Amino acid sequence: MSQQVVPSQMVQQLFEGKTKAAKKGHELLKKKCDALKTKFRTIMLGLLETKKNMGAEASDAFLLYAKAQWAAGEFHQNVKDAVKRATIRVDMTKENIAGVQLPIMHIRELEDVDSNLSQIGISRGGQAIQKCRDKFKDLLHILVKIASLQTSFVTLDEVIKVTNRRVNALEYIVIPKFVEIVRYIKQEIEEIGREELFGLKKVLDQRRKLQEESNKAADKKALEANREGKESDNLLEDVDEDILF
Amino acid sequence: FFFFSSRRRHTRFLPVSWARRCVQETAIIGDEDTVTGFLLTGIGERNTKGETNFLIVDSQTTAKQIEDTFVKYLRSPNIAIVLVSQQVAERYLRQMINEYDQVVPTILEIPSKEYEYDPKKDTVMQKANRLLYGKEIE
Repeated sequence: MSQQVVPSQMVQQLFEGKTKAAKKGHELLKKKCDALKTKFRTIMLGLLETKKNMGAEASDAFLLYAKAQWAAGEFHQNVKDAVKRATIRVDMTKENIAGVQLPIMHIRELEDVDSNLSQIGISRGGQAIQKCRDKFKDLLHILVKIASLQTSFVTLDEVIKVTNRRVNALEYIVIPKFVEIVRYIKQEIEEIGREELFGLKKVLDQRRKLQEESNKAADKKALEANREGKESDNLLEDVDEDILF
Repeated sequence: FFFFSSRRRHTRFLPVSWARRCVQETAIIGDEDTVTGFLLTGIGERNTKGETNFLIVDSQTTAKQIEDTFVKYLRSPNIAIVLVSQQVAERYLRQMINEYDQVVPTILEIPSKEYEYDPKKDTVMQKANRLLYGKEIE
């Protein structure tokens, strides 16, 4: 691109401005990247912690499930058949973290009007089933929280990669290119200046030479004229003898 | 975030922007006890066609059924979370889970009665651990 740039003062100022803007942009992006990375770490730590704990909660839930089975008998089929519309739904909202929209999930429990699900265990073992159901609900809450962490994790990962790429692009490609262009222009301007100076000098030298030569020629002529006799072009210079009658 | 697989045609997921989705369901694939336990809470949904957002995996279920259902859930615009029993994930879906990179729905590996939760096998956990500590979970 340096070959297409016209080396002039105006263009130089233009590119100096661009360099400044690029450097500022780089600084801001870097800050954003750091903030994102910090948030990312927090999310990852939360994810690892929460999911590991989830294992323990799940074991409790299964224990209660076994108890319920013992108390109420096999209720698999009843539960499967009772499924119609979901009463537990997941709301997805966007949360703004350090300038990035992250997806967060919340549980929304709808009123269960005519579901047969609540009928299960009416005959026997109802309490055990209820306890089991509550425990599984708690487990679900934890799982939804983990799901939120996971979605934030995946989104942030991508955003950080993109931002990092932009930071690197500015740092290693754009800014050095601008700096190089400015340097090139300065160099060209200097060169042009020198050429002008040189040209000017040459013209002056020529003139002086011509002047000298013409002076020399004039002197030479004068000398020759004097040698050839008293005949000079200038009569006024002759001194005549006085004429005596 | 598009993903193409040259090996299997049904590992291609729709690039539906998660921002356009609204209220969502939770799907679940697992053994009978796990699925029943969760169904008790009310996450189950059955539409007019008889399709459900849960799959019970037992000795009769084929690998293809499991994979196809998994893909169906991942492509569905209504599902936000897919719960998968870890032993089912480990046996049939590990490859797909490793290659999955979309934001929603998100895949959660859960334990079952017989198999305790093992973070070492969990794809997302290993990735997080690697990024945080530079190594796998031990």
